[in-house]
Amino acid sequence: MSDPHHQSDRAPGDEGEGQSGVAKGILGYGIGLVLAAGLTIVSFGVAAGYGWIYQPGIPVMLLVLAVAQMGVHLVFFLHITTGPDNTNNVLALAFGTLIVALIVIGSLWIMANLNHMNMSPGEMARHMGGF
Amino acid sequence: MSAAAADPHNLRQGHGHGPRGNAAGPDEHGHFDKRIITGYGFWIFLLSDIVMFSALFATYAVLAHATAGGPSGKQIFDLQNVALETGFLLLSSFACGMAAIASEQKNLLWTEIGLLITGLLGFAFLVLELREFADLIAHGNGPTRSAFLSAFFTLVGCHGLHVGCGLLWLGTMMAQIWAKGFRAETVRRLMCFNLFWHALDIIWVALFTIVYLLGAGQ
Repeated sequence: MSDPHHQSDRAPGDEGEGQSGVAKGILGYGIGLVLAAGLTIVSFGVAAGYGWIYQPGIPVMLLVLAVAQMGVHLVFFLHITTGPDNTNNVLALAFGTLIVALIVIGSLWIMANLNHMNMSPGEMARHMGGF
Repeated sequence: MSAAAADPHNLRQGHGHGPRGNAAGPDEHGHFDKRIITGYGFWIFLLSDIVMFSALFATYAVLAHATAGGPSGKQIFDLQNVALETGFLLLSSFACGMAAIASEQKNLLWTEIGLLITGLLGFAFLVLELREFADLIAHGNGPTRSAFLSAFFTLVGCHGLHVGCGLLWLGTMMAQIWAKGFRAETVRRLMCFNLFWHALDIIWVALFTIVYLLGAGQ
């Protein structure tokens, strides 16, 4: 409780207790690089259609891999963690994510709806037939 | 413990830590370390930038199939080129992190080397992207061809513009560190540049997945 480090704030990008090592810092970035590179390679492999996974599952798999890689970047490169000294940064990130989700999902939803309303009867029939 | 109690906010800063080692909490007047405030403010800016990108992503997702009889993504995307771009940007981000570690140690040479590698890889990324754009336009697939291509050029071009501006900023930082050394304000600017560069890489992850990989699969 008398240790000020545990109640303080941390700038995004700052690592924990400094100095203790160049080696530790390089290791952190190295792990991030390896994980990110691995996820990227898997992403491109899945997209190339080598038949690694069930074909219709590819888009979902790609999105999951992308979210995982963004997480790796946030933790190992931007040093946004769940530590108590990172609360403000994480809250700002959560708010940003909320807005991004609202914009993207909201736009897709509204525009899909509009497209549906604007269909000519012929298009409508084709569309329904597609199901 | 008694030392900490006598100096709970580490105001004397007697531990010989680097610019980040001293206590980051507010002092007795409620003032935070300027590094924390700058970093937090810049983080808010980056998030607002990401929100702007999300609008471009939403536009692209809505228009992705509006090809107006023109080529679809599957026909024009060269995934090998994209993989190369991705590799350059990822390594550039890593080099930027190495430069950050060197700057904490106030090592001028390695900081400059790290930043130089960051810049060269970023430049290589930009060259590949511009070559792709020039190639598309030369084949009549410029931004005026279809709504899909308008959205594509806007989204990818906006990211490329960010990388280009980042390169200018990077050159400025290298010159400042070379001329003025590791002053507190210069180190803060370098920290902001680091955040900016890593954030651009995060946006690129979303971009290559949603635009290129999903586009090529359809």
